[in-house]
Amino acid sequence: MSTSIVITSGKGGVGKTTTTANIGTALAMLGKKVVVVDADTGLRNLDLHLGLENRIVYNLVDVVEGTCRLKQALIKDKRFDNLFLLPTAQTKDKTAVTPEQMQELVETLKKEFDYVIIDCPAGIEHGFENAVAGADKAIVVTTPEVSAVRDADRIIGKLEAKGLEDHQLIVNRIKFEMTKKGEMLNIDDMTDILAIKLLGIVPDDEKIVISTNRGEPAVTDSTSKAGQAYKNIARRLLGEDVPLMEMETEETGFFSIFKKLFRR
Amino acid sequence: MDLFKLFSREQPSKDVAKERLKLILIHDRANVSPAFLDMLKSEIIRVISDYAEIDERGLEIKLTKAGEEGINNPALIANIPIRKMKESTK
Repeated sequence: MSTSIVITSGKGGVGKTTTTANIGTALAMLGKKVVVVDADTGLRNLDLHLGLENRIVYNLVDVVEGTCRLKQALIKDKRFDNLFLLPTAQTKDKTAVTPEQMQELVETLKKEFDYVIIDCPAGIEHGFENAVAGADKAIVVTTPEVSAVRDADRIIGKLEAKGLEDHQLIVNRIKFEMTKKGEMLNIDDMTDILAIKLLGIVPDDEKIVISTNRGEPAVTDSTSKAGQAYKNIARRLLGEDVPLMEMETEETGFFSIFKKLFRR
Repeated sequence: MDLFKLFSREQPSKDVAKERLKLILIHDRANVSPAFLDMLKSEIIRVISDYAEIDERGLEIKLTKAGEEGINNPALIANIPIRKMKESTK
């Protein structure tokens, strides 16, 4: 049984592409055959996150238009033999692909792969319709900011209107220190406001910048906290019961003991 | 910095964020603008005024989250102070 999952968000810049790259890679590390599909036509970026930007010859639009066969457009990952990328076009206009064509493409991919992970463009325009067309389930990515949460709610509404009832939330870029001080929305606030099942939380991690710079997803770095969070998320997708990451930040030294004493 | 916070009565910003979000999402979900609520208010005043004398300034109309179960279904709540019923309706 293969599954197609669309990674979506309302607001841009919340980490959809990072999430797609990391979940895809993590599932491949867990032995699944995975293809990550870039559905953000015009603004392709998933190739950069995976470090595969130099290998692209054909893309999703070429496949749909019949310029090449699907096999020719699929790029095998450098690190994992069972991970593939289907890049999108950088120049073609966003209307080059129809939702019907996208749905057909995803169905074809599902015959070959265990997981088809689709990176959706931000917002609720044409690109959203395409990316969602062939998806069995959706993952909504948000950050703990008012604008990102509001836009996430809009997307959840859109997903429900499309009949995609199977959707879960990832809260990205949580600053544990700020959450503890009450200066950032916490997980309970978010699930309370959005009324959606929580799939996972990802801490704000400077290492993500380094991973993206290098084109190596954080899950391949065993010291990255965000990478660990994404690995947990991938295991949850496989049906494992993995607890949420601890909110505690490592505090050492005399002052931290002092602070702990006075904490309720 | 933290020491100052201990003595201030400022509400943590996440609580402010939560309150603002709750209110805005109710309106987003129902697709209701403040202008629409105003329109609704004047219509209600017009209809009710046929039957009762009401305190127009005390009239309050708002959207709230409905009960426990249906979080996605907001409720329209009107608080209409009645001064007295009109003679013709008795």
